[in-house]
Amino acid sequence: MTRSELMDYDKALELFEPVLGFEVHVELNTKTKMFCGCANEFGSGANTNTCPTCLGLPGGLPQVNKKAIESSIRLGLALGCEIAEHSRFARKNYFYPDTAKNFQTSQYDDPICHDGSITIELESGRLVTVEIERAHMEDDAGKLTHMGGATGRIQGADYSLVDYNRGGVPLVEIVTQMIEGAEHDAPEIGRTYVAAIREIAKALGVSNARMEEGNVRCDANVSLRPRGSNVLGTRTETKNVNSLRSVERAVRYEIQRQAAVLHAGGTITQETRHWHEDTGRTSAGRPKSDADDYRYFPEPDLLPMAPSRDWVEELRLTLPEPPAARRKRLQASWGFVNLEFQDVVNSDLLDAVEATVAAGASAQAARKWWTGEIARLANVAGVAADSLVTPVQLAALIELVEAGTLTDRLARQVLEGVIAGEGTPVEVVESRGLAVISDDGPLIAAIDAALLDQPDVLAKIRDGKVQAAGAVIGAVMKAMRGQADAARVRELVLERAQAIE
Amino acid sequence: MSEITAEQVAHLAYLARIDLSPLEITDLTHDLGQIVDSIAKVSEVATADTPATSHPMPLTNVFRDDIVVPSLTVEQALSGAPDRAGDKFRVPAILDEE
Repeated sequence: MTRSELMDYDKALELFEPVLGFEVHVELNTKTKMFCGCANEFGSGANTNTCPTCLGLPGGLPQVNKKAIESSIRLGLALGCEIAEHSRFARKNYFYPDTAKNFQTSQYDDPICHDGSITIELESGRLVTVEIERAHMEDDAGKLTHMGGATGRIQGADYSLVDYNRGGVPLVEIVTQMIEGAEHDAPEIGRTYVAAIREIAKALGVSNARMEEGNVRCDANVSLRPRGSNVLGTRTETKNVNSLRSVERAVRYEIQRQAAVLHAGGTITQETRHWHEDTGRTSAGRPKSDADDYRYFPEPDLLPMAPSRDWVEELRLTLPEPPAARRKRLQASWGFVNLEFQDVVNSDLLDAVEATVAAGASAQAARKWWTGEIARLANVAGVAADSLVTPVQLAALIELVEAGTLTDRLARQVLEGVIAGEGTPVEVVESRGLAVISDDGPLIAAIDAALLDQPDVLAKIRDGKVQAAGAVIGAVMKAMRGQADAARVRELVLERAQAIE
Repeated sequence: MSEITAEQVAHLAYLARIDLSPLEITDLTHDLGQIVDSIAKVSEVATADTPATSHPMPLTNVFRDDIVVPSLTVEQALSGAPDRAGDKFRVPAILDEE
């Protein structure tokens, strides 16, 4: 389908009402996998974290990771869910090389968490409550790499390679109820909802919550209902939507695509679709078929769970401040305007700024450094800003600037030294000899030399044309290698212009 | 007599990737029919307030601590693989998704 076969978004909304649903998978950051003691690590050598249980070899026997249950319950509680008094695992049977067991250990009719809701706030200020149907536990599949063929995609691949390190890593799948009434906000609701889940998982510390590493993955369900009808349309499930921006784009694309098909008298096939980040389109996967008969049955190798109410209440007490409430509190206490605050949030630097303020820096200075110079250096290096310096180091640097020991320009050099591992800001100032020269003696000597060097400028200053002083200030700053306070140099230039012979 | 048909058994065998001969399908249709009939008899005496039993043992909450134990070596993990490429399992391309 080409772009021209998409209906204009506003027209699509005029003719149809979008109905949404989301399935978000959150990968837990336990030390070990869900059912075996293999390490749960991203980026290890291929197939180094496997054992008979996660490879589905004869004799393997699953054992439930208590920490994963605890994380799932905490996540469920943070989503306002009920925690089931009785819960059990089930086998979801399918044959595909990403699982060597030939089934995924999941939950079917007794999920551990059910019936929750979260309220999200859109940019317009509109509040939307998303009802959560269930949050259940399951194990992740291995990682397939499709080889050969033209595109590296599955279509046309010659063969595939499998790394089972991820196989068996604990996941919580959060399933929403149908979301109606989204209207024009549908794409933004998708993005904001997934962002909220990610933020909650991160605040709880139950997941690394990095979408680029696949810790949070979203499947977006979209269907359209003709205006005036109360019959639900056929839905599609778009998979592989792995960034917040993609969630927004994929929902919008499906609304426009489905509207065009329906308006032209066509029908929507119930199918999974793949999101392609590069082209901004979805393409058809396979339609729902017999192969989706997963023949779920209770997992016979695992005993049921019955989390005691005492345990649940104990875990409830460990919940952190809800992220949305925390954001409101921090913005008010820092006095940031919306744009400044959004900049910090979008750069994922809320924790960094908060810790820098806690270490004694002013909020504005902390924001300026994190979202400015540090973000720039991190971008160049291709790493996360908060991996470059610690909040304590930055707070010390800011203190040096505010005490007048460093100018902003010198502070940037000190920052580079700190990042290069040369020590604390104070140590870098000393070892590189970068402090502002606060003793007037050397400044006056440099100013006198510069004035005598440019007699025409000296004459102009004496005639009261003080703007001419710029040339002398520049020469002095250069002579002092930037280690002078420009305002103090200016004062002294005007003074010396009158004094010297 | 139950309503298990040969078609159902053949379909189930396909889903489970089990290759059955026509004779085996006939036998299994008969056997599964008897099993379903037996369960129907039990259902007659089980009242609505009898919960379905998935696990007969009176045990719950059997957990292990989140402690890493050594994994197999890559060579051990791949020792049963029909085919490999480097440290990964090599499988035929499957024109499907996920």
